Amino acid sequence: MAQEKDIVLRYPKDPSALLDVVRDVQNRLGHVSEEAVSRIAAHLKLSEAEVRGAVTFYHFFSLTPRGASTVYLNDSITSRMKGRTAVARAFEEEAGCRFGEVSPDGKVGLFPTSCIGMNDQEPSAIVDGVVFIKLSPDRARAIVRGLRAGTPASGQVTEFGDGANQSTLVRAMVSNNIRKRGPVLFGPHEPGAAVRKAVSMTPEQVIDEVKKAGLLGRGGAGFPTGLKWEFCRREKAPERYVVCNADEGEPGTFKDRVVLTELPGLLFEGMAVAGYAVGAQTGILYLRSEYAYLRARLEAVLAGLRKEGILGKNIAGSPGFHFDIVIKSGAGAYICGEESALLESAEGKRGEPRDRPPFPVQAGYLDRPTTVNNVETLATAARIVVEGAAWFKAMGTPKSAGTKLLSVSGDCARPGVYEVEYGLSIAELLDMAGAPEAKAVQVGGPSGTCVSKAGYQRKICFSDLPTGGSVIVFGPDRDIFEVVENFMEFFIEESCGWCTPCRAGNVLLKKKFEKVAQGKGTEGDLRDLEAWGKLVKATSRCGLGQTSPNPILTTMQNFPELYEARIQKGRDFVPEFDLAAAIQEGCAAANRQPACKEADHE
Amino acid sequence: MSKPVIATASLAGCFGCHMSLLDIDERILGLIDLVEFNKSPIDDIKTFTKPVDVGLIEGGCCNSENVEVLRSFRKNCKVLVSVGECAIMGGLPAMRNGIPIRECLEEAYLNSPSVDPEDRTIPNDEDLPIILDKVYPCHEVVKIDHFLPGCPPSADLIWEAVTALVEGRPLQLTYDLIKFD
Repeated sequence: MAQEKDIVLRYPKDPSALLDVVRDVQNRLGHVSEEAVSRIAAHLKLSEAEVRGAVTFYHFFSLTPRGASTVYLNDSITSRMKGRTAVARAFEEEAGCRFGEVSPDGKVGLFPTSCIGMNDQEPSAIVDGVVFIKLSPDRARAIVRGLRAGTPASGQVTEFGDGANQSTLVRAMVSNNIRKRGPVLFGPHEPGAAVRKAVSMTPEQVIDEVKKAGLLGRGGAGFPTGLKWEFCRREKAPERYVVCNADEGEPGTFKDRVVLTELPGLLFEGMAVAGYAVGAQTGILYLRSEYAYLRARLEAVLAGLRKEGILGKNIAGSPGFHFDIVIKSGAGAYICGEESALLESAEGKRGEPRDRPPFPVQAGYLDRPTTVNNVETLATAARIVVEGAAWFKAMGTPKSAGTKLLSVSGDCARPGVYEVEYGLSIAELLDMAGAPEAKAVQVGGPSGTCVSKAGYQRKICFSDLPTGGSVIVFGPDRDIFEVVENFMEFFIEESCGWCTPCRAGNVLLKKKFEKVAQGKGTEGDLRDLEAWGKLVKATSRCGLGQTSPNPILTTMQNFPELYEARIQKGRDFVPEFDLAAAIQEGCAAANRQPACKEADHE
Repeated sequence: MSKPVIATASLAGCFGCHMSLLDIDERILGLIDLVEFNKSPIDDIKTFTKPVDVGLIEGGCCNSENVEVLRSFRKNCKVLVSVGECAIMGGLPAMRNGIPIRECLEEAYLNSPSVDPEDRTIPNDEDLPIILDKVYPCHEVVKIDHFLPGCPPSADLIWEAVTALVEGRPLQLTYDLIKFD
């Protein structure tokens, strides 16, 4: 086919173009055919296995056709709580195929995907890059009918969300749902003020101010931002990079989406400030594919900043300080939120985490010193530079200064984004969000902690309950076991597969958990769950495997009565194995009567 | 005082773990002094004739007979040990677990080019064990007390484990015994 050839030849003969070529082919042809794999490999001087490896790594790439139009329906627990099952059934009935398949006429493909950052407006789906929120079964059917009748997904967006979602460059149904505006991110900010203030100081002074403010990374890990910048600046290298991690993939977090929608200028200023501080000239915004609908507007904001002299050469009137920002897209992979995996992906490869050391501040993007910071961290740093460390330090707790954006979703009256000071208790948050009856609160997403009522006085801060932003509320009727199972499925799906404890261990953990959930567990099984969970955490090399057993471990700790009620007490061993069921297929295939004397062996 | 009694079985395995047991070289003479073998391919005793102290199981369960043997071991052995990858995880035989059993049987007995065109039948004699839908690790079928990893576990590992179990010492598998690369 000539088509593949035409697409591939447009790209430079450079392996780092891999993901860009693959994305182009996927978008135009609906999949990456064998022909495309060979052509891409030959053009970029890669092996076919490397190309196939990259294609199969990301959710939104596929070696097999995904239909003329493709529906990616969010499979997060909140989506399920808000009616996903009925919506999925409606999609299937109307399309005439199951999820994971393409309709017989090839017009519509249905696929599940991990959290797309719309947890406060579920069930949601991405259809040909267009986000649909609060789906009903009727709407699902109408979408499929429309696609079949030739109305593109973009033509089916009838109403727009609030704020910049209405801008001509976005025109999305998505709502910001900003419920509480705090003084840091949503405080009054004069565009350009942060960059102008920064260049009036020395880079060392900027770093010092951020250090004095006590700013800790907002993505979840909480590394001191000033220190990271200092490490990066200290490395001797001809080039350094600032990378903004806009790949929030933790189920239940969506606060970076709101920053990218409403405060992109502040974020880009933060990147320029970081560039000035570490001595970088290039910033990269790694934007998760799910947020691709924001890209045109982000590019327009960048263009505007260049015009105003906030980005570009000799910026903010500072001769010799050049800084500009490029946007790179992800393609659907939770693991790419891990900074070294993100760098691999930004370089056009499979997003597999790197060994550390060297840390990204020593050898990051293209092996150059790189500071990778979360969206919220960079926007916050810009505000600190303007308002000063003392202003910032006066908010929050002594060890967790400032404010935090929380993405609240689930069983509450007011889901959305809250900018709150650190030190807020779960009870206070539930009060704000309108969830007086909450049975459990998942703080920090699946990789965080499931807190029971007994823990509602605990505080959101780095020393008690840290969170990248995700807070999911579960009402009194929710089954915690269903939640845990959904979270474990998520980690199994998202494990990159490098470390055996994570690749195989999470599967074994889920199997064992299901045995317990089905009432076939014993005390020995609970001991296994705990021991295996600790093993997976201790022997995985990145944050995914180091936290993936948390859904099981934290619910065992905070809801022991649920587990006690499910296990068979006093029994040493309960098999999951059922001989009668296990021989059924074999008997049918050989046309034999099952003749197993089960009782004889008991 | 009578010697501790050992029984062994190879289920869906390759007998490699039994070979590894025999690979203890001259220590086999010491082993004979130390223990008595009951049901085992090593002495060809077919049925249990007395209570057994330690049962060693090689291989997982791929058919109904494996399940029957494993259950009888559990009934007759005080301590039951999964020996090697196949017993612990299903091993190589479990590679079929991703393929429906009907497809496996049809490929082997109906569609394979080496099948006699005059005799295309899936074996169905009632004396044959019935094949299971997939290969199961032993601990999903009965309670297993100890696991000896390896493919096969080394002779030294088996020696250390068996002597410890019959002498009532705690099982201490040092790093060098369970390091395989």
